[in-house]
Amino acid sequence: MFRETTVNTALVAILVAVPLVAQAAGEPFIITLATKVAIFAMAGVGLNIALGYGGLVSFGHAAFFGIGGYAAGILASHAQSYTPLMTWPFAIGGTQQMLIIWPVALAASGIAALVIGALSLRTSGVYFIMITLAFAQMVFYFAVSWPAYGGEDGLPIYVRDKFPGLNTLDPLQFFAVAFACFLLAVLVSVVLSRSRFGLALQGARQNVERVRAVGIDPYRLRLVAFVISGMITGLAGALYADLNRFVSPSMLSWQTSGEIMVFVILGGVGRHFGPLAGAALFILLEHELGSVSEYWQFLLGLLLLLVVLFAHGGLIGVLTRRPHRD
Amino acid sequence: MKMIKSTLAAVAMLAATTAAYAEPVKVGMITTLSGGGASLGIDARDGFMLAIKNSGNSDVEVVIEDDQQKPDVAVQLADKMIQSDKVDILTGIIWSNLAMAVVPAAVAQGKFYLSVNAAPSQLAGPGCDAHYFSISYQNDNLHEAAGAYAKEAGYKNMFILAPNYPAGKDSLSGFKRFYDGELAGEIYTQLGQTDYAAEIAQIRASGADGVFFFLPGGMGIAFMKQYAQSGVDTPLIGPAFSFDQNILQAVGDAALGVKNTANWSKDIDNEANKAFVESYQAEYGRLPSVYSSYGYDTANLMLSALDKASVSDADAFQKALEEADFDSVRGKFSFASNHHPIQDIYVREVVKEGDILTNKIVATAMTDRDNAYVGDCKM
Amino acid sequence: MSAALLIEQALNGLQFGVMLFLMAAGLTLIFGVMGLINLAHGSLYMVGAFACAAVATATGSFWLGLVASLVAAALAGAIMEIVVIRRLYRRDHLDQVLATFALILMFSEGTRWLFGSFPLYLDVPEILSGAVALPGGVQYPLYRLAIIVAGIGVAILLFLLIGRTRLGIQIRAGEADREMIAALGVDIKLLYTAVFALGAALAGFAGGLVGTIQSVQVGMGEPVLILAFVVIVIGGIGSIKGAFIGALLVGITDTLGRFLLPVFFGAFMNASDATAVGSALASMLIYILMALVLVVRPGGLYGAGT
Repeated sequence: MFRETTVNTALVAILVAVPLVAQAAGEPFIITLATKVAIFAMAGVGLNIALGYGGLVSFGHAAFFGIGGYAAGILASHAQSYTPLMTWPFAIGGTQQMLIIWPVALAASGIAALVIGALSLRTSGVYFIMITLAFAQMVFYFAVSWPAYGGEDGLPIYVRDKFPGLNTLDPLQFFAVAFACFLLAVLVSVVLSRSRFGLALQGARQNVERVRAVGIDPYRLRLVAFVISGMITGLAGALYADLNRFVSPSMLSWQTSGEIMVFVILGGVGRHFGPLAGAALFILLEHELGSVSEYWQFLLGLLLLLVVLFAHGGLIGVLTRRPHRD
Repeated sequence: MKMIKSTLAAVAMLAATTAAYAEPVKVGMITTLSGGGASLGIDARDGFMLAIKNSGNSDVEVVIEDDQQKPDVAVQLADKMIQSDKVDILTGIIWSNLAMAVVPAAVAQGKFYLSVNAAPSQLAGPGCDAHYFSISYQNDNLHEAAGAYAKEAGYKNMFILAPNYPAGKDSLSGFKRFYDGELAGEIYTQLGQTDYAAEIAQIRASGADGVFFFLPGGMGIAFMKQYAQSGVDTPLIGPAFSFDQNILQAVGDAALGVKNTANWSKDIDNEANKAFVESYQAEYGRLPSVYSSYGYDTANLMLSALDKASVSDADAFQKALEEADFDSVRGKFSFASNHHPIQDIYVREVVKEGDILTNKIVATAMTDRDNAYVGDCKM
Repeated sequence: MSAALLIEQALNGLQFGVMLFLMAAGLTLIFGVMGLINLAHGSLYMVGAFACAAVATATGSFWLGLVASLVAAALAGAIMEIVVIRRLYRRDHLDQVLATFALILMFSEGTRWLFGSFPLYLDVPEILSGAVALPGGVQYPLYRLAIIVAGIGVAILLFLLIGRTRLGIQIRAGEADREMIAALGVDIKLLYTAVFALGAALAGFAGGLVGTIQSVQVGMGEPVLILAFVVIVIGGIGSIKGAFIGALLVGITDTLGRFLLPVFFGAFMNASDATAVGSALASMLIYILMALVLVVRPGGLYGAGT
C-alpha cells in the first residue's frame, strides 16, 4: 500500500507536527503526551536492537529503563540537597546537567546490561525470557526495599534537569530534547543494523552455525547487542524521569517491561520506526479508551491480542501491507 | 468525553440556578480506580462526590481520572489537569508515593492540593506548603495512637511489623514514639507479601504480649487470616487500614475483637456523621469506610471555604480553608499550623452487626492530637 | 532461636514450595508438550481463587468451592486454548509472550468487572481450622499441613499420570517428538487442549487452596507467576521432577532467608539496620539462587540443556 519510508516519514512528521499545533492551540498537555511517545519509542528502539535484530526476547528491559531513570534521579537529588554522591575514594557531587547525567545513565544501564546479559545469554529461548524477567524483578525488589533513595515512595526531582541553552521546563523545548534523542537512537539502530556487526547479529538470529563458521562468537555478538540495547533504553529512562520529574520503582516493574515490548510489537518487530508507531498507538489508546470505560485495560488487552493474532508485522506491517521485513 | 459531558451538565445547571455563587470552580481528582488498590480510591471518590451532591452546589465541576496506582500516571494526569483542564484545586490521591510525585509540583504551580488520604511526613515537615492541606491525618497519626493505646492498656513486650517501604518505616517509628515498653521483635516484611507464616512463627516464638502490625490492603487480609489459623492468640493492634469497611468482609471472622485505631468511625455521635452514614448507604448501598469519610470531609471543607472566598484569591481562600469552618463527620476538627488536622483518635473494636462486620468505638487513644512535624514546618 | 521455631519455619518453606509446585507444574508441562510460554498462567490461579470464593460463599461449602476452582480454571484454560492459544503454537515465543500478556489484562479487568474492586471473602473450613501440636513442641496450623499433604498428593498423582497412563505416554511422546505422536494417530488438538486444561486446573487448585489464607483479589496471580518462572528455570523447563525440586528449593530458601538474614546481620549491626538490610537482601535471595544455578547449569537442574 505504502512504502515503508513513506510511512516512517509520515510518522515522524506527525510526531513533530502534533506538539507544534498543540503549542499554537494552547494545549501544553498534548506536548507532554508527544514527549512521552518520543521517550517510550526510544525505549522501544533500544529493545528492538536486542529483540528485532538479535532475536533476544528480553522481558526485563524495565531494569535498564529504571536504572537510567534512577541515575538521573539520584544525581539530581544530590545536586538539590548539596550532598556529595560519594566521598570515598574521591568526592563526587550530584549534578543537574543532562549532558553529565546522560553519560552516567548510559554507563549505569550498560553495566547492568553487561551483568544481566552475561548471565542470561548463557541460555536461550524461553529460558532467556524468564531469566531477564527474574533479574528485572530482583532490581525492582532492591529498589523498593532500599531506603536511601525513597524506596517504594520514589524520588522526586523538583526541578527538571538542565540542558545548555534551553529552558527544559518549557514543554516544547523539552520535547525537542526528547525528540532529538529519539532520532539519535534510531540513527544508531539504523547504522548498527547495516554494519557488519548488525549483519552478523541478524545472521546469528537466523542461523547460529553459519556465524560460528566464519569465526564469530555469537555469545559476544549478542552480549554487545544486549548492552547497546540496554543503554538506549536506559537513556530513555533518564529522559522519562525528567519528563515526570519523578523516579519510582514502578519504572522497574514487570508491567513496564511488558509495555516496552508492546510498543515494539504493536509497531512491528525489527522495523526502525516500529517502536514509534507502537508507542504512539499505545498512548493514544490509553487516553481514548480511558475515557470510554473504567475497564479500558480489558479493551487494550483485546486489541493487543487481535494485533498479535491477526496483524502480523504490527502497525507498520499493516500500513505497508508487508507482514515481513524486507 | 466524560469531562465534556460533565462540563455541559455543569453549564446547564449553572444556567438553571440563580447564580448564588461567585464563579465556577474546577476540581481535579486523581485517584485509584483500577487494579488491586481500587477499592480505596472508589470510596474516597464516592464520599467526595456525595458531599458535593448533598450540598446542591452546582458551581463545582469535578474532573475525575484514574491514576492506576502508578506515580508516573499520576504526574501526567496532574500535568493534564493543570495544563489543559485548568483546574484550581487538586485532590484524591490515596498513596503516599503518588502524593510525593504530584503535590510538590502542583503547589509550586500555585494550585491548592487537598489530601483525602496520603499525608507523608515530608509534606508535613520541611516540605510543607501554604497550599497543601491534609484533611485525613498525618500518616503517623493512627500508628502513634496505637502506640499510645498499647502503653495505656499495659502492654510491656510488643512485637511490631510493617512492610519494608517508607510508609512502613514511618508506621513503626510512629508507634514507637508513644509506646515505651520492650520490643519482642521488629520485622519489615516485603511489600506485597502474601504469606506471613514465617513472621507468625517468629511472633509465636518471641513470647510477646501484643502485636502491632501495619499491613494495608491485601497484605492485611492475608496476615489476619493466617494469624487466626496459627493458634497464636497474642492480641493484635493495628491502624484502621486493615480493618476498614472496604476489606473487613474479606477478612471475615478472623478480625472479630481486634482493636484498631482510627480518627473516624460510623458510630461517632454527631449529626453530620449520622447524615453522612445514612445518605452514603442510600446512595451506594454499602457502609462507608474511613476513606469515604475523608473524601466527604474534604469536599465539605472545600465547599465551606468556597462560600467565604474565591479560589482565585489564593490568600483569602487559604485563610478560609485554615478556618475549617465545616461540620466534620469526626466532630472536632481544626488545622495545626502545618495544615494537618488536630483531632481525636479512637480505638475501635471489630464487631458483628447481623452478618456485617464493622467497628465500634471502645476508647479514645489520643485527644486533640496534631503531629510530630509541626515544628519543622516553616510556612 | 529454638529448634521448634526452626522446624516451624522449615515447614513453612515446604508449604510455600508445594504451592509453587502446583503453579510451576502446569507451566512446565505446557511448555514441555506444546513449547508454549504462558504468562496468563497466573490469571488461571486467580480464576481458581475467585471461583472457590464465589462458590464457597454461595453454597457455604469450602469443598464445593475447591471443586469449583478446579473446574472453573480447567474450563477457562480449555476455552483459552481453543480460542487463542492454539493459534500460537507455531508462532515464536515473542508472539506467545505478547498474546498471553494481553490475556492477563483481559482476565484482570474482566474479573474486576464481574466481581468488583473489593477483595472477596474465603475462609478455612471448620474441620481444618486451628493449630495442631507436632512433636518437638511445634504448634502448626492444620490448614497449612493440609496444603502440604494435598500438594504432595497431587505431585504423586501427576507422576503416576505421566508415568503410568495412556495420556502420560502421549504427553511424554509429545515432549520428545511432536511429529511422531501425530503419526501415531493421536488427536493432537484434543491432547493439547487436555494438557492445557490440566495445567490450568493445577493453577486454579493452587489458587483455591491459597486463597483461603491469603487475599482473593485481582492481580494476585502475577507475583506467584514470576516465582513459578524462577522455579522452572532452576528446575529445568519441561521437567516435572525439576519443577518439584526447584519449588521446594525456592520455597525453603525464601522462607528461611527472610527469617535468618535479619538475624545474621543483627550479629554485627544495630537491630533496625539489620532488619532493613536483611529484608532487602532476602527479597533478592531467590533470584541470586537462580543466577547461581544458571552459572553452574544453564539448562537448570533437570533440564535437557540448551
